[in-house]
Amino acid sequence: MTDLGGEAVRAHDLVVRYEDFVALDRVTLRVPYGEALGIVGPNGSGKSTLLKSIAGLLTPASGELAVLGTHPRDVRTGAIAYVPQVEAVDWSFPATVWDVVAMGRFPRLRFWQRFGTHDANVVRDALDAVNIASLAGRHISELSGGQQQRAFVARAIAQEPRLLLLDEPTTGVDAQTEEALRVLVRRLVAGGLPVIMTTHDLDRVDDWFDRLLVLDRKVLAIGTPREVVAQNVYAGMREHAHTHGHLRLDHPPHAEHATHPEIRP
Amino acid sequence: MHILFEPFHYEFMQRAFAAALAVGLLCSTMGTYVVLRKLSFIGDGIAHASFAGIVIAYLRNFDYYVGAAIVAVVTALGIGFVHRRGRISLDTTIGVLFTAAFALGIFLMSQQKNYAIDLQSFLFGDILSVGSGDLLLILALGAVVALATIVLFRPLLYTSFDPVVAQASGINAGATEYVLLVMLALTIIVALQSVGIVLVAALLVTPAAAAYQLTSRFSPMMLLSAIFGATSTVGGLYLSYYLHSSSGATIVLLATIIFFGAIALKHVRQSAARRTVHVSSPLD
Repeated sequence: MTDLGGEAVRAHDLVVRYEDFVALDRVTLRVPYGEALGIVGPNGSGKSTLLKSIAGLLTPASGELAVLGTHPRDVRTGAIAYVPQVEAVDWSFPATVWDVVAMGRFPRLRFWQRFGTHDANVVRDALDAVNIASLAGRHISELSGGQQQRAFVARAIAQEPRLLLLDEPTTGVDAQTEEALRVLVRRLVAGGLPVIMTTHDLDRVDDWFDRLLVLDRKVLAIGTPREVVAQNVYAGMREHAHTHGHLRLDHPPHAEHATHPEIRP
Repeated sequence: MHILFEPFHYEFMQRAFAAALAVGLLCSTMGTYVVLRKLSFIGDGIAHASFAGIVIAYLRNFDYYVGAAIVAVVTALGIGFVHRRGRISLDTTIGVLFTAAFALGIFLMSQQKNYAIDLQSFLFGDILSVGSGDLLLILALGAVVALATIVLFRPLLYTSFDPVVAQASGINAGATEYVLLVMLALTIIVALQSVGIVLVAALLVTPAAAAYQLTSRFSPMMLLSAIFGATSTVGGLYLSYYLHSSSGATIVLLATIIFFGAIALKHVRQSAARRTVHVSSPLD
């Protein structure tokens, strides 16, 4: 029952708590179809919490959250693909790269349906999209960090989702993998898929995202990367960002160099 | 030649072999999930917990099997519930609940002046005493578990590997876990009679652990585990006939020999692979 004309995600005054700790404080957000939204913020700012809430893995304490036009837990099986920040899987699990990416098809298949030619083609395309087709027969423990990340992104794509959630997919991967992921994300977004992605890497946000959300438990800023930079919320962020992220825009607004003490922790 | 087929001449031995085959296949297939989900403790746990059911069945005068099955399933569901709601690790939950159920069994039994339960057969199992009714029950429960394994093959595999991402994609990881725990409870009850409380854990862990040494994909692991399990139970029963040994113990010892054989074979293969140039070909 998704509303094609509407938004992929709509959150209003969303509050998420872990026991007494408020991880997200009245977050209001709209993500239309065909948009890449980047989420930046310091460690512990609730970036992952926001993605998990959208994925239906966490129950909000209050506020409204509609994903693909419905409650996150009522979303059709297979519609949301999520790539977590740290894959807490057992790397000795008996599975090849092919097997892992093929799992992306599982939510799409009923138990009586065979894993058919179409499914195999989708898996092959997903492997090609992240340039790991040649590794299909490898056991997952034989992959480098960047290759593992690509395999999990490939699994998400093989699911043919209506919404893609990526939690810091570029952390700890090589430059080649990062660029492959960026090209892929832009291609998927051009095809109408909404993509929400967190990042620690403040490089090239302009090339990755249509809009950027600065989060520190509350929404500090949201808009095009350029607008957000102009709002200057980065000044404080950059100082406690744990990576050496630098914002590189072709014509950086001079305001970027000013400091805004009120957004410091 | 005659002497080799001698065990098959007796009707009770034929039933025992049929039960051994069914139990071997069932336990080792489910064992794939037990090993991959790191639930090695569960066979021991649920088997001990079912002891309370046996005592209750004795006191209330109904079938031991039914009593054991009810307590096993309730304990399995309780383990799932406490694990999920209390956010307590599965092995801790199993440790708490199985000892509690076992203690309840001892407690109830200690209240009796004289107890005439043949506990020996539940502690060590006696596959030779499997009657035709027992065999029918083993086959029926086995069929239910086998059907559930087929229906839930993909959700069980996905949630065993990556429960969080499976859940996000819309697969109900919680419900899948509950069903798996109930399937395990039924499997353990079926296996109790052949190998007993003490040894049932081995059938759920050892063949799958052996298969794990030799394969790097899930379906071959399950198939190999089933072959090892059936070989252990049928072969162990056969050997026990000639060795005049306890069938349960012989079965478990044979499974253990296969396990160490698998480890040895893995090392031989690895050193052979190191000596030759390894060329990997993409599989699909």
